[in-house]
Amino acid sequence: MAPQVFVYVAHRGGQAADPALELLSAARVLSPNGPVIAVAAGHGAGLDQVCRDMAGRCLEVWKLSNEALAYPNAEAIRKCVTGVLPSGAVLLLAHDTLGMDLGPGLSIKLDSPFVSDVVAMDPPQDGVLKLVREEYGGQVSTHLSCDISGGAVLSIRSGAFPASEETAVGEVRDKSPDIGDLSCGRRFIKIVGAEAGDVDITKEEILVSVGRGIEDEDNIEIAEDLAKALGGVVSCSRPIVDAKWLEKPRQVGTSGKTVKPKVYLALGISGSFQHLGGLKGNPFIVAVNKNPKAPIFQVADVGVVDDLLEFVPLLTEIIDNH
Amino acid sequence: MEILVCVKKVPDPAENEIAVRRDGSDIDRDDLVYSVNEWDNYAVEEAIQLVEEHGGSVTVVSVGDEESDEIIRRELAMGADAGKLLDDEAFHYSDGRGVAAILAHAARQAQYDLILTGAQAEDAAAQVGGMLAAMLDLPYASLVVRVEVKEGDKLEIAREIDGGNLEINEIDLPCALSIQTGINEPRYVGIRGIRKTASVEVPVLGAAELGLDPGTVGRAGAKVRKLDYFVPELGQGAEILQGSREEIADQLIARLRGRGVIQ
Amino acid sequence: MLNKIDNALVPPAGTAILGMPMAYVYLLITCAGICLFAYILHKRLRPLLLAAPDPRLDRIGERIGKVARIWLGQWRQPRYLLAGIIHIFIFAGFIILGLRSLQLILMGFWQGASLPGLDGSTGAAYNLVKDYAATWVFVACIIAAVRRGVFRPARYQVPPSLGKDHLGEALLVLGLICALVVSESLFEASLQNAAARSGAAVSASPLTLLWAGRLILGGLGMPTLQAVNSLSYFSHEVVFFFFLCFLPLGKHFHVLTSLFNVFFMRLDRGKVKPVRNGVAEDQLDDLPEFGVSKLEDFTWKHILDFYTCADCGRCSDRCPANRVNRPLSPRFLTIKARDHVCAQYPLWGKTAGAEQELVGGIYSDDELWSCTTCGACEQECPLGIEYIDKIVDLRRGLVDLGRVPQSLQKPLGALEKRGNPWGKSQRNRADWAKALAEEFAVTIAGPKQPVETLYFVGSVSSYDERMQRIAQATARVLRHVGVKFGVLGKAENDGGHEVRRFGEESLFLALRDANTEAILNSGASRIVTADPHDYNALKNDYRGIPPVMHLSQLLSQELERGGLALEQGPYADKTVVYHDPCYLGRHNGLYDEPRRVIDAIPGIRRVEMEGNCRDRSFCCGGGGLALFYEPEEEQRIGVVRVSMAKQSGAQVIVTACPFCLANIEDALKIAGLDQKIEVIDLMELVEQHLPVARRAAAGG
Repeated sequence: MAPQVFVYVAHRGGQAADPALELLSAARVLSPNGPVIAVAAGHGAGLDQVCRDMAGRCLEVWKLSNEALAYPNAEAIRKCVTGVLPSGAVLLLAHDTLGMDLGPGLSIKLDSPFVSDVVAMDPPQDGVLKLVREEYGGQVSTHLSCDISGGAVLSIRSGAFPASEETAVGEVRDKSPDIGDLSCGRRFIKIVGAEAGDVDITKEEILVSVGRGIEDEDNIEIAEDLAKALGGVVSCSRPIVDAKWLEKPRQVGTSGKTVKPKVYLALGISGSFQHLGGLKGNPFIVAVNKNPKAPIFQVADVGVVDDLLEFVPLLTEIIDNH
Repeated sequence: MEILVCVKKVPDPAENEIAVRRDGSDIDRDDLVYSVNEWDNYAVEEAIQLVEEHGGSVTVVSVGDEESDEIIRRELAMGADAGKLLDDEAFHYSDGRGVAAILAHAARQAQYDLILTGAQAEDAAAQVGGMLAAMLDLPYASLVVRVEVKEGDKLEIAREIDGGNLEINEIDLPCALSIQTGINEPRYVGIRGIRKTASVEVPVLGAAELGLDPGTVGRAGAKVRKLDYFVPELGQGAEILQGSREEIADQLIARLRGRGVIQ
Repeated sequence: MLNKIDNALVPPAGTAILGMPMAYVYLLITCAGICLFAYILHKRLRPLLLAAPDPRLDRIGERIGKVARIWLGQWRQPRYLLAGIIHIFIFAGFIILGLRSLQLILMGFWQGASLPGLDGSTGAAYNLVKDYAATWVFVACIIAAVRRGVFRPARYQVPPSLGKDHLGEALLVLGLICALVVSESLFEASLQNAAARSGAAVSASPLTLLWAGRLILGGLGMPTLQAVNSLSYFSHEVVFFFFLCFLPLGKHFHVLTSLFNVFFMRLDRGKVKPVRNGVAEDQLDDLPEFGVSKLEDFTWKHILDFYTCADCGRCSDRCPANRVNRPLSPRFLTIKARDHVCAQYPLWGKTAGAEQELVGGIYSDDELWSCTTCGACEQECPLGIEYIDKIVDLRRGLVDLGRVPQSLQKPLGALEKRGNPWGKSQRNRADWAKALAEEFAVTIAGPKQPVETLYFVGSVSSYDERMQRIAQATARVLRHVGVKFGVLGKAENDGGHEVRRFGEESLFLALRDANTEAILNSGASRIVTADPHDYNALKNDYRGIPPVMHLSQLLSQELERGGLALEQGPYADKTVVYHDPCYLGRHNGLYDEPRRVIDAIPGIRRVEMEGNCRDRSFCCGGGGLALFYEPEEEQRIGVVRVSMAKQSGAQVIVTACPFCLANIEDALKIAGLDQKIEVIDLMELVEQHLPVARRAAAGG
């Protein structure tokens, strides 16, 4: 019997977050023909808009509206969803900061198994699902089996599944009356924006990005010279910011900025998922790395296996001479 | 504040090249060096700093094997006050939920104001903290980068969310938090520090001592099972440019020109 | 002359002012002065008695030698020529006039008094010398005052955050010294003039202060002369005792302590003091704390160092960290400590009690981590003040507390687990030798394959791609000169040299013990290495292992005995300059051997970085863990060094240390000089000029 699949739709400002459509595709793998129900929690006109939009994609949308959910507080959402989902439900979430906050505890309250950061799955057989996850920063992958016969909570990696193209004429069901008391031990206060730096990399078309392979703070100049020659700007991966060699606003990644450049040069970047998670759109990716096995070469369009400290200055020189 | 910190022994990520064993059953552990999970180390440092400022004690607990004893001792050397090792054959091959259940039983043995875990470990599952909180019915927040004690048994915490932004929350004690790297600068622990802990007893607790039904953890209780390890077939991937350094540079420039970069 | 004076004038003690017999006054001044001085010394001595032990009464002969050369001979002074010469004159004057001042005390009471042994012709000779001494002291003080007050040399400057300028104290003391010699001269001038008036035959040596004094006082009557005599004497005594009691209060304490400080100074270079003197290694675990965290953790010699600093600034002037504006200035390391000692142990009132932390108090963490242990400060100091041991001790204290910069924690952890700071697999430690496989096999030494000579490769040459070429060149050169050698391979760990100097003593001991076992298992009767840091560690930090040589020594020996002949090669007609690595040169005195090897290559022109070579070589930036530390600095230390190389006109820098090579290579790139100047290791240079190499290159 096909599992009852729900998809949790995160949203902001009246728009569903990007992964929502990917979750629908993932849901299709679990239930090729059965209904997939979208669940959205929040409050106000924004929530209504999102529900309407999702109703154009799946047959049923559950709206959970409550003041306590005005800001997506994972503690409140957990209480809310637990009260509303039927037992045996399989719930898909995006593996983002909300998913990490919500998923594990939710699985306990639903008394279901939990698998995070799923990158692939096969259709379930006899209530058992075969999944793929990555470990050790993407160096290896594992096959897992998960018994979903009693339900499950799965968080899905962004970009692992294509955005669903299905359309539907669906119905929005207001499940708000079923929501009980949402008071919880954690209360949202405010968002503190990231420091505005001197540069906004999210607006740049050409990014020259440096990772651990730059080896030394003083070498960043090499990247700056290339950026200047190309008319772009320098960005970086997390270790560079942790080492305080560049400021946080320059960081590309899931905990940094999301960028949509036309051209992205990844210098000495291994290509960890968290970093690539900040790269959207369809940029032309050039990777320069001494390690031919670096994962970045899987996603790059063009690769140069060389020491960036030697290659890049030469590249800059040739460009400047033209 | 009585603080419990959960730590895990993991392969040291520094220069370990992780490879899969030929039979796929596990990664190749021959040349591996182990250390405490980096995120957990930040959590221990945070706990120690909180106790230095507000009084109390820090207990470190780990679900592991006899080699985890060294990890626990390292955290004791750092400044934790007590340690416990949760080791039992019945615990092996537990899934994340199983580990959380074992920890939950240990947590119930005393009154803790605060329970900390690292945000994730080498498997990037990032799940034990949240599960543990739910099992103990404690309010929870993940990816915490700042903790401040407020009067009236509350904490003000900052979570790291997308775009480099911080989400500020207030959370009631007792609670559980998962800690993100960069929250502080962990102090150094050397061989001497660890030797000084040699006389400290780190009790080993099994299923019986924890009052835990072995059937609910370990292989028996796992609903999620690891089938194998593999390295996925490399797809086409990038086109690797060939030739001398100059030739490669020229080819690259031609490509960039083709994309409208460089006039 | 004065010894046989007629009673031309009444001795000062015999005079009276306003009816008060001066005898009592002078007795009082003398007794009070001595008592106060003794009290002050007693107070200053107290912290020395509470400080950590430091056995310094060994090798008395060598110590006397140091005193003769560095203290009496003022051997280091001329390194800063003008200041040095001025000081030598003042110093000589003090020695000579010291006796005079003692004599004067007696002369106040009894005319013609003299110290035992200083009468008769000895006395006459002495008086001649002392008159000129007084004069040259006066002139030197004037020159010094003008130099300090008008020209204000940079190395005396005090950064605003560290307090007021020290110029006031300097001028005060110069003034006091002038007052002493002038008053002494007037005392004697008045005496001589009075005697002359009474018909005695007295003459003053020409162009001395005395002579000038006599001119000034010429024509004055006896009562005036008597007044001048009494007044000048009074002034002299007051100034003398004031000065005596003032000395221990500031930087002029060195006048009294320098003799002792030099006598007790370190006799060996390249070594680091044990964690605590008198505590054996197997007892270290019982120590509650390592290193220095409060003042009394320093040894008594260290505290004596703080007292002895003359604030001359020569150490900081040569310090590479200070040069690039890292937070470290050796001079202020000492001055701040001295002020701290005086504050904790005040002359009046209770001891301060409240412990001010040293690090986090007068010192910042970064100040201590900034040191590369190059030893330039200790080399320069004319008073034998030590720095490296103190910094290592302070670092030990920080490590004990876990206060280690994050950038160093990873390499330390990697050293603990994998025996190298990059955390690379120990299995691959000898992989550098694979490149030589076609030429010859490098023996991995061990109990089953003992070797006579062990080549200790070191971490950086084993794992760093660029530095592996040094290991390969070394292996080829050793083979060429017929040395049957082996390496430890994966049994080798990092030598631990910087681990120790960065304060992680326990980790150092673990590395040392592991290496010692491997070395002894190799069966070697001698060790060679191309890495000065490993050389220094094996020679000075390790015990019970075979003797160790640096490759430059071995090659120098081979050249002498004819076992090595070098041919003209790719570097003919190039101008090369040799950069002395700190741990080969300054710390171990190996300056000539590498030079001899370079000079043995036909066609090479070698120049020096004048004023910055040999024991004045300027550090490249540091090796070992120093490569990982991220300092706050205005520029790279290496960049300063390469600009010195550029000034020498050289096209090639030759160095004999892999860390120097790494730092200088980086620096050339940063300074944009990498197209103009090349850097190469001595072993690579030799390899390229071996006869075999020439034949191979020619296609033979």
